Amino acid sequence: MSSSVLTDLLQKHEAAILQDWVAAQRQAGIRADLIDEQTVQANSRDLLRVFITAASQGTADLDAEYWKPVKALLQRLSQTQSRQGFSPSETATFVFSLKEVLFSYAQRHTDQPLVCIGEISRLIDKLGLYSFESFVSTRETVIREQQESMLELSTPVVELWQGILAIPLIGSLDSNRTQIVMEALLQKIVETESDIAIIDITGVPTVDTMVAQHLLKTVTAAKLMGAKCIISGIRPQIAATIVHLGVELGDVVTKSSLADAFRLALREQDVRLVANKPR
Amino acid sequence: MGTTQTFPLKQETDIVVIRQQVRKVAEQARLGLVSQTKIVTAASEIARNALIYGGGGEARLTGTQRDGRSAVHLVIIDHGAGIEDLDKAMVDGYTSGNGLGLGLSGARRLVDDFSIRSAPGEGTTVELWKWR
Ligand SMILES: Nc1ncnc2c1ncn2[C@@H]1O[C@H](COP(=O)(O)OP(=O)(O)OP(=O)(O)O)[C@@H](O)[C@H]1O
Ligand SMILES: [Mg+2]
Repeated sequence: MSSSVLTDLLQKHEAAILQDWVAAQRQAGIRADLIDEQTVQANSRDLLRVFITAASQGTADLDAEYWKPVKALLQRLSQTQSRQGFSPSETATFVFSLKEVLFSYAQRHTDQPLVCIGEISRLIDKLGLYSFESFVSTRETVIREQQESMLELSTPVVELWQGILAIPLIGSLDSNRTQIVMEALLQKIVETESDIAIIDITGVPTVDTMVAQHLLKTVTAAKLMGAKCIISGIRPQIAATIVHLGVELGDVVTKSSLADAFRLALREQDVRLVANKPR
Repeated sequence: MGTTQTFPLKQETDIVVIRQQVRKVAEQARLGLVSQTKIVTAASEIARNALIYGGGGEARLTGTQRDGRSAVHLVIIDHGAGIEDLDKAMVDGYTSGNGLGLGLSGARRLVDDFSIRSAPGEGTTVELWKWR
């Protein structure tokens, strides 16, 4: 079969092929803002190396064990490029630009160029599709992750009782939106002339220094306006983390659940709830 | 196990993604809930520093082994201005901006192994480990 012809060709001209391939990519346009020439060079060298090793063992079956390193490398590169914001065609160009280069070597240096070209074409097309697929599946993952993080915050401030507000925070808390939510709370305190605001963080996955700082600032601002804040829903793992971070909540009142916080707030407002029938 | 994922760190939403991915790998490494929360929080601190002070960079995340225990390994790199006085930056409460100054020192307390390399003009690399 021709695969030994191809292997010979690849092995004999590896360095020159690499050089031409990188040049071809440069010609096609390298995203200088996303990747540097050195990385392009290194990626191309690595791929060509594993490509030659695999091709020398056979080119008929890309599902064979020895093609795995090639596919793994392509997958990794496509994933990275997908996350970095390369377009699909920019990513595909990497592999496809090798085709023309190999064609020209086959034409110049073998005596069966047509057979060789057919083989190259088939191989590169398959690898190109493979890297395309990896790109798309990563892109889908990225979109899903972004949607999750978009879920961030659209939090209503609710009046639980005359003079008692609550704001249940859900989702990731850093970002400008925290600021907006906290300002909304302060605004509502003024509007409703509330005495107590319960900030419930049961739905907040991470409390880092930025979130802590937002919370502390809000508590201080509320205090200046004559309202007292209770922070509820600090889960045990969050409590442990806050302590290790070194954040001091000072004299901020905390309660483990929103219900506890509400009970405390009612008591402070001198409200007593009496059940009609003893349970 | 052992494959490294690389995430860009160029905007605020990238921090959210990094936190989610660290949480995922920590779960896969079967870290306890407290440990998961600690490494995620440390990641958040270091990533934000790299974004705010380092002008952005990237995060490399690996689920791996350390001394026979399953572990999370996170490296966050930026090529910003670097930190002139590391000892000072690591002190509780030191901030050059208007933070609490607890990110670096706190992150060190939250993880099992912490190392930081930084040189003025060359950027900063922080390495975090948390294991089972
Ligand atoms: N990647 C970095 N590049 C340059 N300087 C940094 C970097 N990370 C931290 N620093 C410097 O170290 C200081 C301390 O960092 P640290 O994270 O402890 O506190 P902070 O970010 O100022 O506040 P906090 O993290 O509590 O919100 C920063 O104020 C900054 O001057
Ligand atoms: Mg910080």
